Amino acid sequence: MNTLNNVGPIFRRELRSSFDSPVAYVVIIVFLAIIGWFFTSNLFFINLATMRVVFDLVPLVFLFFVPAVTMRLLAEEKKSGTLELLATRPVRDVEIVLGKFFAAWALVGAALLPTLCYLFTLMAFGRPDLGPVVTGYLGLLLMGGAYSAIGLFASSLTENQIIAFILGFLIVLALFLLDKVLMYIPAAFASTFEYLAIDTHFSNIARGVIDSRDVIYFASLLGISLLLTTVSLERRKW
Amino acid sequence: MSIEVRNLTKRYGTQEAIRGLTFDVHRGEILGFLGPNGAGKTTTMKIITCYMPPSAGSVSVEGLDIATQSLEVRRKIGYLPEMNPLYLDMSVTEYLEYSASLHGLRGEPSSVRRREMIHVCGLDTVKQKDIGELSKGFRQRVGLAQAMIHDPEVLLLDEPTSGLDPNQIVEIRNLIRELGRAKTVILSTHILSEVQATCDRVLIINEGTLVADGTPGQLQKQFQGAELVVVEFRVDPRHPIDQMAERIRRLAGVAAVTLQLHDPASVHFEVQAATGVDVREPLFRLAIAEGWTLLEMHRHATSLEEVFHKLTTN
Repeated sequence: MNTLNNVGPIFRRELRSSFDSPVAYVVIIVFLAIIGWFFTSNLFFINLATMRVVFDLVPLVFLFFVPAVTMRLLAEEKKSGTLELLATRPVRDVEIVLGKFFAAWALVGAALLPTLCYLFTLMAFGRPDLGPVVTGYLGLLLMGGAYSAIGLFASSLTENQIIAFILGFLIVLALFLLDKVLMYIPAAFASTFEYLAIDTHFSNIARGVIDSRDVIYFASLLGISLLLTTVSLERRKW
Repeated sequence: MSIEVRNLTKRYGTQEAIRGLTFDVHRGEILGFLGPNGAGKTTTMKIITCYMPPSAGSVSVEGLDIATQSLEVRRKIGYLPEMNPLYLDMSVTEYLEYSASLHGLRGEPSSVRRREMIHVCGLDTVKQKDIGELSKGFRQRVGLAQAMIHDPEVLLLDEPTSGLDPNQIVEIRNLIRELGRAKTVILSTHILSEVQATCDRVLIINEGTLVADGTPGQLQKQFQGAELVVVEFRVDPRHPIDQMAERIRRLAGVAAVTLQLHDPASVHFEVQAATGVDVREPLFRLAIAEGWTLLEMHRHATSLEEVFHKLTTN
């Protein structure tokens, strides 16, 4: 009885609706244009076969990009009333949440895919160190997953997509800024702030070190957000 | 019994949307759920479909409890919510396929069932179109098709004809009667002619409580006041109108006569009879004896509108 049979159909519908509308393409093109511009404009200046620029820049762009991908996921269904139909079918709330989360994550992954062009270009003209590139992408995927889960949570809180975007953006921005304000906070909290900051863990992974602590950080961020989203959906029953 | 609702109460904050609602719906019955806006119709439907739990009371659907066997209950129910929400970016076929898959229907059984619903609901000509491009009437058909896709035992339709033009209303009504032949149907509405045309039984709720329960005919009879007969005579200079009124008034069993309408050619009298007396025959004999030309005579029946109005206004 407690299977996750309905995650598949929800995931597929969500992904298809993203790619059926121009929104997904516009967002991905803007994403790639920004990354591409900074990658090429710096490439000949630093004259190194490195993907560093991509891994420095994508986390920044993700701050806007991922909440933009996730903002409609639940807010739109709440507003149009289709959530009521979905929730009165024999589907558990957690299946709705998982289906939509994986759809957002897949879209984020799809946006990262074309950036592999830069890697192939580097490989044609130099010998980039592949270790940090692989872990860098892994880090971006983990970060994208955590952001997607946070964005989905923000989308579950409101019927308004703009509010969902701003909420999602503020939450990920806070996580992003935590280790950048260390000098302004009491020393007693510094290590906590540093542990909670997303960049601490991402830069560990992007350097090529896969530590279970960093993976657990992303996994728990993702898990907590999905749990909160499920609770937020069940709020109608309170 | 297909649906049993017991002492159902729902509070939103301090406001009670429904209070101690109790009723049964028999298998195979089409039940009209009537009440003014805000009476609690939609809330009751949302509770039966397991969208939200009641504050108190219980509901069982086909013997399954909504609180403890929610997923099984939802398998048995087809639901068309108010305003008929749909994914406007999906085609009719895609949407029905998606709806079926969420009920565990996949592959061949799903496409067989889908083709059947497209045929029954008259969607053949639009099945490849996006739902966003469809007219309101077609969207309502899509809403019915998705509610029926898994062949549920129970069908809940929340204002299925609201916003449709008169022709579409007749079409959707026929469709509901057709589809609902072997099913238990609850249909909420505030259009009274709809109830008379479609339903076997009527529940009227007001401010969250049940105020009437019966067939449309029973309710009309129950709330019928003193019998009223309307007669119309041709105006004739040989028979002054006030003299006619006086003659009728003196008939045995007549309680009161009012002159209802007077145009140059004809005159109407509203004749109120004493309880339990049929004054039609004496009126007819009087007209013959006096030589009046009788144009029309009928009993004025209490309409469901009047029953509704009486029960839902204070």
